[in-house]
Amino acid sequence: MPRLDGKVTIVTGAARGIGRGIAELMAAEGATVVGADVLPFDGETALARTATLDVTDEAAWVALVAEVVADWNQVDVLVNNAGIADYDVVHETSLESWQRVIDVDQTGVFLGMKSVIPHMRRGGGGSIVNISSIVGAVAVPGITAYHAAKGAVRTLTKNVAVTYAGDGIRANAILPGWIRTPMTADQTDEINERYTRATPIPRAGEPVDVAWAAVFLASDESAFVTGVDLPVDGGYLAR
Amino acid sequence: MNGVRSSRRLTGKVAVVTGAAMGIGHAVARCFADEGAWVVAVDVAPFGRPYPLVEQRSLDVTDEAGWAELTAHVLGRYGRIDVLANVAGVIGYDAVEQLELAEWNRVIGVDQTGVFLGMRAVLPAMLRRRSGSIINFSSDWGVVGGVGVTAYNAAKGAVGSMSRNAAVTYAADGIRVNAMVPGWISTPLTDRQPAAANERVIGSTPMGHGGAPHDIALGCVYLASDDSAFVTGTDFVVDGGFLAT
Repeated sequence: MPRLDGKVTIVTGAARGIGRGIAELMAAEGATVVGADVLPFDGETALARTATLDVTDEAAWVALVAEVVADWNQVDVLVNNAGIADYDVVHETSLESWQRVIDVDQTGVFLGMKSVIPHMRRGGGGSIVNISSIVGAVAVPGITAYHAAKGAVRTLTKNVAVTYAGDGIRANAILPGWIRTPMTADQTDEINERYTRATPIPRAGEPVDVAWAAVFLASDESAFVTGVDLPVDGGYLAR
Repeated sequence: MNGVRSSRRLTGKVAVVTGAAMGIGHAVARCFADEGAWVVAVDVAPFGRPYPLVEQRSLDVTDEAGWAELTAHVLGRYGRIDVLANVAGVIGYDAVEQLELAEWNRVIGVDQTGVFLGMRAVLPAMLRRRSGSIINFSSDWGVVGGVGVTAYNAAKGAVGSMSRNAAVTYAADGIRVNAMVPGWISTPLTDRQPAAANERVIGSTPMGHGGAPHDIALGCVYLASDDSAFVTGTDFVVDGGFLAT
């Protein structure tokens, strides 16, 4: 039996990279997956639906979740994956750039949870998987706002886990290390090598590595797991 | 994009599970077998009924020669060792000023030195195949302090740091090492504890209830399987939210 049979799932940032990997694997494991993104979805997909969503737009969240509930009655799983990065050090980070990253990477996660939690409570529970990062736990130089937002996602996730545990809602964070995606492909070799050189497992992580962790956290296999950080980082944080 | 793998996630893998006669180890051994693994289950305590794909053997994890015999047997019969789950553990409740050295050594011996001996025993075979997954049992009490439980606190913390050490040391050899960090789980070990002590821990667990051995076993399946191929050196927490508070 597929591990996510019948679970109605929303995945943000699902057009490419880690989000696409998660969305497709969850669909293959039997979930009804709504993939949401500001970007278009290229190529064939096994998703039940693709939707345009700017995760910083509260009204758009409300509309998307209402549509999902109208069609499938429930939301069982939310994967907050959408993210962007900036690379500046603190004294060179413009307020506009800071705000943009915090809005997408942090406020977008808040808005997604806020939108689905009433429906999860009504449905007797749910599983929220938020994508943080190894730099939500430790630091590299620069990339200021991304560090701030990813750290916030970790503590925000624990807060939601503790607040809604009695409602049957679980919330966990995945901390990916260096993963081969369009986002990291856009980074300089210097930045990428800083991560890959420091990663004990001598290969690049792939979106599917993160996706298997997300399947575990979304499934009932992890019924007693909430408020945790799950690194998928080739050992980076263990050093 | 990988497709969905076989519904049996550990098909063909050879796994050694310690502390497998009861409680969490028992559930891990059965769950591994249900997922298609060949399981060699070991314990100092007697085993109950047999289970398909599970071979039951006697082992005191503090016995270095016993480990050598066991690995020779497993390699002779199955040809390799893909997974080691070091579950065997004992607990003591004494606070530092009451703790006898002999009791300290008993708990450290099983919970910590037993894990070291297990890893050391299987690593040569894993290194030859450049592949393996080791799951060492830590605890919430390996991360935060409990009242009393001095030696257990020390040993479980040591398991966490020792697991990270082995993860970093053997990552390039294809061997992954993770620490499983259970919260309060209903087992013969916790059944023997005073009700008030159990209620205190469960009362501090956000989910408001304890976990079952099966909850831990399913986490172990993830860590043992190739699903977690890029996961090493982690504290894998299954605790109903206890550590998040």
